[in-house]
Amino acid sequence: MSDLSIEERVKRIIVNQLNVNEEQVVPTAHFLNDLGADSLDTVELVMAFEEEFKAELQGKEIPETDAEKLMTVGDINAYITSKM
Amino acid sequence: MPTSSAPERVVVTGIGIITSIGHNITTYWDNLLAGTSGITRITTFDPTDYPSQVGAEVKDFDAKQYMDPKEVKRNDRYSHFAMAASREALKDAILDTTKLADASRFGVIIGSGIGGIETMEKQAMTLFEKGPRKVSPFMIPSLIANIASGIVAIEFKAQGPNFGVVSACATSCHAIGEAFRFLQRGEADVMLAGGSEAAVTSLGYAGFCAMRAMSTNFNDEPARASRPFDLNRDGFIMGEGAGVLVLETLSHAKARGARIYCELAGYAATCDAYHITSPDPEGKPLSKCITQALADAKIKPEEVDYINAHGTSTPYNDKFETLAFKRAFGEHAKTIAISSTKSMTGHLLGAAGAIEAAVAIKAVQTGEIPPTINYETPDPECDLNYTPNVKIKRKVRVAISDNLGFGGQNAALVFRALD
Repeated sequence: MSDLSIEERVKRIIVNQLNVNEEQVVPTAHFLNDLGADSLDTVELVMAFEEEFKAELQGKEIPETDAEKLMTVGDINAYITSKM
Repeated sequence: MPTSSAPERVVVTGIGIITSIGHNITTYWDNLLAGTSGITRITTFDPTDYPSQVGAEVKDFDAKQYMDPKEVKRNDRYSHFAMAASREALKDAILDTTKLADASRFGVIIGSGIGGIETMEKQAMTLFEKGPRKVSPFMIPSLIANIASGIVAIEFKAQGPNFGVVSACATSCHAIGEAFRFLQRGEADVMLAGGSEAAVTSLGYAGFCAMRAMSTNFNDEPARASRPFDLNRDGFIMGEGAGVLVLETLSHAKARGARIYCELAGYAATCDAYHITSPDPEGKPLSKCITQALADAKIKPEEVDYINAHGTSTPYNDKFETLAFKRAFGEHAKTIAISSTKSMTGHLLGAAGAIEAAVAIKAVQTGEIPPTINYETPDPECDLNYTPNVKIKRKVRVAISDNLGFGGQNAALVFRALD
């Protein structure tokens, strides 16, 4: 398991997937409005989070209805934490 | 602008090339004249279990030099090549597309024979190993064979005619021809036209090997494997890469003071309507295609100096193509310089037409003709002048490039020195 915090692991995935700088990945940053993502990117992001946080999510996929609401970096951090 | 019913004249003002023997037109041309083969043992996958183990891979290629890193990740290798060749073509044409007066008169037709096969391969694995919810949302947009035209248009704000052509190995010959028509009809001022292919993958090789279409006798001597018109040819060698031309109406090119390579004067397309993969054994529809392209250009067969042949190095293609040339040109066929540069580049499938049109264009511009390398043993059934092994110098006023695709689809382009 990773020694990194949830926030750090979320940040790493976003930087990698969206090709943005770490400094841009603040809790209030909105995927579409601030981080240059499009609707296809957000689908892929959710898949990447499911993969990274398999243990925390008990191997479950993030339901469509939840995924639609995860629009900022902070939303993701809170969501993962709430599932632990 | 269209002022009368007479078609606009069309010229070539830029060439972009990504191949195993050059990532720009200058290097590519120098290597072709020198007779340099780009064919080596396959490195992108382990070819040990494959009957054919050699290919013309594009090496030392960094897609990030040509497009945004995020876009690199979202697109297939075939689109990376298309973007790189488009950028090279515009650079060669010294054309700043942001200065074009009307974006709706700037179009893109870049085709692919197969499209993003590497993407399909990887995503099929994901589907079978991890299930349908793990398939990437980028799979469909990155594998479709028209997306190269789409992303190039986004990059350069080209809002004119835009689609992909798919006609297997004749793809980019058709793409250039169709772009030519839009310009002739006055519906565009500038067109990027060509093709891109990245099928040197395990699935691509397995498929073509299963057809017995690829060379298998020269796995230990890769540079000798592609030998069009030679008696001991035994199949094609796959290559990858892209070719893109900048085509403009003559008036548009003159108005901006562009360097003009030559005129694109004629185009035609026909179909064998004979068999899915074997060419017509009498070569009639291909000869008709060449004859029609010449008529389109209002050029007599006797005026043709050079043909860049499809010359795939398969037993059938080279024999029947030779027959078609004899049908189209009669006695004059013997005096035409012919060469197949696939002997060096391998067969780039959907990109072949564009990188070979580039050879015809450069031949008109420079009066130099690249050879057919590995031509060692004459085949009695291939008895024309194939420019064996060494380049020649010859005044080339008119040059043809022809291509044949699976499906029996033929296309030919006629290039002419601008008066």
